Amino acid sequence: MEDMSQYPLELTGPDVPMVRFMNVTKSYGALTVLDSLDLDVSEGEMVTVIGPSGSGKTTVLRMLMTLETINGGVIYVDGKPLTHMEKNGVLVPAGPKYLRLARSSIGMCFQHFNLFPHMTALQNCMEGPMQVLGLPKAEARERSEELLSMVGMIDKKDQHPSRLSGGQQQRVAIARALAMRPKVMLFDEVTSALDPEVIGEVTGVIRNLVAEHNLTMLMVTHQMGFARDISDRVCFFYQGKIEEQGAPESLFGNPQRERTQQFLSAVKAAD
Amino acid sequence: MFDWRWDFAYEILPRLLQATLNTLAAAGVGYGIAVVLGLVFALAQRTPSRIVTMVVRECVEFIRSTPLVLQIFFVFFVGPQFGIRLSPWVAGMIAIGLHYSAYLSEVYRGGLDSVPKGQWEACTALNLSTTKTYFRVIIPQALPPSLAGMGNYLVGIFKDTPMLSVIGVAELMQAANAIGGSNYRYLEPYTMVGIIFLAISLPAAGLIRVFEAWVRKKLGMN
Repeated sequence: MEDMSQYPLELTGPDVPMVRFMNVTKSYGALTVLDSLDLDVSEGEMVTVIGPSGSGKTTVLRMLMTLETINGGVIYVDGKPLTHMEKNGVLVPAGPKYLRLARSSIGMCFQHFNLFPHMTALQNCMEGPMQVLGLPKAEARERSEELLSMVGMIDKKDQHPSRLSGGQQQRVAIARALAMRPKVMLFDEVTSALDPEVIGEVTGVIRNLVAEHNLTMLMVTHQMGFARDISDRVCFFYQGKIEEQGAPESLFGNPQRERTQQFLSAVKAAD
Repeated sequence: MFDWRWDFAYEILPRLLQATLNTLAAAGVGYGIAVVLGLVFALAQRTPSRIVTMVVRECVEFIRSTPLVLQIFFVFFVGPQFGIRLSPWVAGMIAIGLHYSAYLSEVYRGGLDSVPKGQWEACTALNLSTTKTYFRVIIPQALPPSLAGMGNYLVGIFKDTPMLSVIGVAELMQAANAIGGSNYRYLEPYTMVGIIFLAISLPAAGLIRVFEAWVRKKLGMN
């Protein structure tokens, strides 16, 4: 058993990060996916996670969305533990009730969009605000229409997902996640399932978000050019660890580690 | 040898049609019970509690593995020994509803399993409660793939209502038996019962397909 007393019940001080992974380990049986991960993301920061498949990069986002449990360590969001709750002065694994409250500040977009197929674009966006936040219908509609306009999907608001292209679905999914007013947004390979010609419309929306909103964002992507353009920091994952991280210019322009160099040149060769 | 008597057939027609209404009511009420109880059984098998899952699973298997007519007898004749005295109608509805709920729970189970994992994850990401996840997102999507199976069992329960005659529910079969017994003529009543069942079952199957298409369209899933 891990000694939980080493983890603070709450992060305090002047520089509390929006997200902190502290010594986080994730394994499936004998397979260790993430090994003692330490990672901070500051408020308003855009951090991109890159790396070969199986390096654990998607798991980072899924743990933060509480879609995966963790086997060791603690994740803090906005100074408070996400994966754990306080009981008699120590942290214990969070119960379902606590988890629901704790994850309310996090939003996520998925590779395969995961829109609700039986609802229109607008209904998809209004679902969370009405059913979870308890907003009145008019207010939820106003908020959703505003966001659908922002992602350029207002003229398709009454269409069901089956009538929309992949790029359009993903833009609706971004609006749907933003309608919950998250503090942290997670983008999990949001362009990977898209046809090349529509990738731009989704990356364009994310670019706008970065430029105009002070959202904290974590993104997993294979679009290296895009990552380089918009990230404040890039983390290269290799075998469940951060092999190298830094500003995009330095990581892409002058990678220090051999693994990073190999990965980047392999990606370049594939392009 | 073949002596069909039209005058007799006309004479008994009103009584058979009257009994048809009872048959339809029995099928409708029984199906209503099965639709709701089946969902309860299906959802109960998805709770985090392994014990609940196992107990419900065994109950469903037990009901599916024993004959309906035995279950009808059991509720009606064994119940009173435990102080549960039920009218033939109530006992019959409970037995047939329970029997078909076991089948419907399997239909729902398949439908629920067919909803992609990503839908659950989207619900978590939107922070929907478990109840809202089921009733607003998962069940609406599990419905279209379940409808064909649900339709089959609707026709099935309708065709099984004659079993209720064994405890004296005044449905179509019981009426035909009574008519046959008191007139010593069975050809007309039984033939007419068969035609009535056919006349209802056949269009019902077609209507169910139309309804299925309509639901899919309504849910934007085609």
